[in-house]
Amino acid sequence: MTKMENVAIADQVDHSSHPSTFMGKYIWSQDHKVIAIQYSITAIAVGLVALVLSGMMRLQLGFPNEFSFIDPSSYLQFVTMHGMIMVIYLLTALLLGGFGNYLIPLMIGARDMVFPYLNMLSYWTYLLSVTVLISSFLVSGGPTGAGWTLYPPQAILSGTPGADAGILLMLLSLAIFIVAFTMGGLNYVTTILQARTNGMTLMRMPLTLWGIFVATILGLLAFPALLVSAIMMIFDKVIGTSFFMPAILSLGETLDHSGGSPILFQHLFWFFGHPEVYIVALPAFGMVSDVISIHARKNIFGYRMMVWAIIAIGGLSFVVWAHHMYVSGMNPYFGFFFATTTLIIAIPTALKVYNWLLTLWRGNIHLTVPMLFAIGFIFTFTHGGLTGLMLGNVVIDLPLSDTFFVVAHFHMVMGVSPIMVLFAAIYHWFPLLTGRFLNNKLGKFHFWGTFLGTYAIYLPMHYLGFLGVPRRYYAMGDTDFIPESAQSLNAGITVSAIIVGLVQVVFIINVIWSTFKGKKSGRNPWQATSLEWQTAQFPPGHGNWGKKIPQVHRWAYDYSVPNVKDDFIPQNVAPKDVEYLADEKNNNNPREK
Amino acid sequence: MPNDDHQEDHKTNNKVSSASSWQSVVNDWSADKQSFDMPWGKLMMWIFLLSDTFIFSIFLTSYMNVRMSATVAWPNPSEVFALTIAGHHIPLVLIAIMTFILITSSGTMAMAVNYAYQGNKKKTVYLMLATALLGASFIGMQAFEWTKLIVEEGIRPWGNPMGANQFGAAFFMITGFHGLHVSAGVIYLTVIARRINQGKYDEKGYHIVEITGLYWHFVDLVWVFIFAFFYLW
Repeated sequence: MTKMENVAIADQVDHSSHPSTFMGKYIWSQDHKVIAIQYSITAIAVGLVALVLSGMMRLQLGFPNEFSFIDPSSYLQFVTMHGMIMVIYLLTALLLGGFGNYLIPLMIGARDMVFPYLNMLSYWTYLLSVTVLISSFLVSGGPTGAGWTLYPPQAILSGTPGADAGILLMLLSLAIFIVAFTMGGLNYVTTILQARTNGMTLMRMPLTLWGIFVATILGLLAFPALLVSAIMMIFDKVIGTSFFMPAILSLGETLDHSGGSPILFQHLFWFFGHPEVYIVALPAFGMVSDVISIHARKNIFGYRMMVWAIIAIGGLSFVVWAHHMYVSGMNPYFGFFFATTTLIIAIPTALKVYNWLLTLWRGNIHLTVPMLFAIGFIFTFTHGGLTGLMLGNVVIDLPLSDTFFVVAHFHMVMGVSPIMVLFAAIYHWFPLLTGRFLNNKLGKFHFWGTFLGTYAIYLPMHYLGFLGVPRRYYAMGDTDFIPESAQSLNAGITVSAIIVGLVQVVFIINVIWSTFKGKKSGRNPWQATSLEWQTAQFPPGHGNWGKKIPQVHRWAYDYSVPNVKDDFIPQNVAPKDVEYLADEKNNNNPREK
Repeated sequence: MPNDDHQEDHKTNNKVSSASSWQSVVNDWSADKQSFDMPWGKLMMWIFLLSDTFIFSIFLTSYMNVRMSATVAWPNPSEVFALTIAGHHIPLVLIAIMTFILITSSGTMAMAVNYAYQGNKKKTVYLMLATALLGASFIGMQAFEWTKLIVEEGIRPWGNPMGANQFGAAFFMITGFHGLHVSAGVIYLTVIARRINQGKYDEKGYHIVEITGLYWHFVDLVWVFIFAFFYLW
């Protein structure tokens, strides 16, 4: 007997059994589509908590001393929990656990992930991490108020809110989240590499998948740094080691710690933290590329360049982390190195922005709600990217560090921008999940409210930053260099923030209402080419493809091909089945007119 | 050597064996269906190990960092890790034996993989169990070493009479984390050996042995680095 032959997954006989009970179908489900929805609902629910927290922060900043339930400690706790929930438990989980899970098998033409059981465990572990995180609101002392960066020594010293139980629950929750992410991430990467259908080469994949693929690899390589630093900080806190803790005099008392390195934590945190920005951004880049191409009825401009830009950004994101630490003190040559690598990232990123614009150029632009959000993303992302170029330079960063300018920058680039894409994606793929459209009028209201509202929030913040208003301060008090008008601006920002928050309620209502009563979309309503819209059953059922998995003949961007009858050719249409216009003179290609 | 057969076999299965190695990389990556000619489980293990490599690298980098920034002198390894046997003070003797055992276990694991591909179920099971046994004895010796450091030398994660506090902290954390990996490997090997014995892989093929082996060799390789950085530096 010799080594058994390896058969590609696409060539294997379908042995999948279909669950019949309610529990098997919807609770302990191993179907990637159900897991994706479980991930999404959990992420959005916890994201709403973070949204409320940001509203509380804004109330305090806009109208200081008006609200008795916000004291300095709880303000810091709101800041911390808002940041951590939004970055990790909402964006990472929704983009990869939600959209990654839903779209990967459908877009590559697979029946499911390669290891569905592990995929299921991933969700339940994620839910556990969210539960542990939320439970920190209930313990004595409340959640940690150390800031989402959790810098030691202050994160674990008394005096910081939640320094007893809150910080431990936070670190524990992060560790559990990383385990959950690893289980999911191994599935996403392996599935994309090994389970593609006949004819689906890597370079025929929609850019959505490229974004998710590279982001997942970044996650698998960056989260270890956070895991290790969480373990070391738990030890520093619980058993009194001194990894991050130098000799410290705290509240008149000499602590037992000595000889540790707080800067080490910052390096580890940002070795995770910077790739994390791209873990969030790359899937968004991918999805927005597809939305723009589909709703402009035009192939994506420079597909190969877009793929290589995603890979280049992913690679570079590992060598820029210390630009978050210019004010921590570092050798000027290091500062020079990290400023240079940071600015180099602008090249592939700008290339992507130009390619999105060139895709729109002379396209047949349909201003649907997904397209509005996608175009909104180009604005907010360019905006946040340009301020990123400013902050990447050491000399500009030093005076602006820890001011509202930084808050405005990263909210534009990794808060608002991915959220715009997420909304675009939800409006775009909602018919695939439910067979119904989201309400168009409410959607347009949601877009304009969100787009204009976020600008009303973050544009003035840049100005506050130039004035030198520091971030993470509970109240400014009587500070000479800050003019009183800054307070009026803050009040205005708060009003905008509350409006934007309320607009999101409209979105939630829209989702719930449309799930049951929305307009029927019919099959492939956007006339997209990618495989997820070409399933036998619509919306796709368990196993995705019925008896036979699809055969792919082309890339995902055959829109408005000259002389072809329809303005799109799905990926699974064979060349011989393409219907051409009978009369050459009637061809509708504008370039030849 | 039987191992050569397996390699030959692999070559003939490879459709692009005539192409240059660079061309075959390109062919694999531009192919449809799959990017690597291997079962998904094996690829998933490789990717997991890549991620785990980052965990251990960051542990060791952090250890180097705290060792360099520690304010108190680092203890001398040939004194800390010495045993007194029959009146002789022998540095690093225990760790030499432990390292030898772990590397031997890699050998038995490699033999298990080889027999698995030959379809020799019985020898595969025995060799996997031997590997697990060697792993378990490694854990036992590590427990002995920890006991000696804690009870006799008085070293704790938070304190160290022989020098910098970070020595105890980093040593217990990193060898402990590695020890957990070895323990998990022992359980993994035992479970898979049992399932093979039950005939659960007769139809699927024995790739699982190689996948288990990848994990086990990785744990051994990591040990080589931990050994070098803690005991030889």
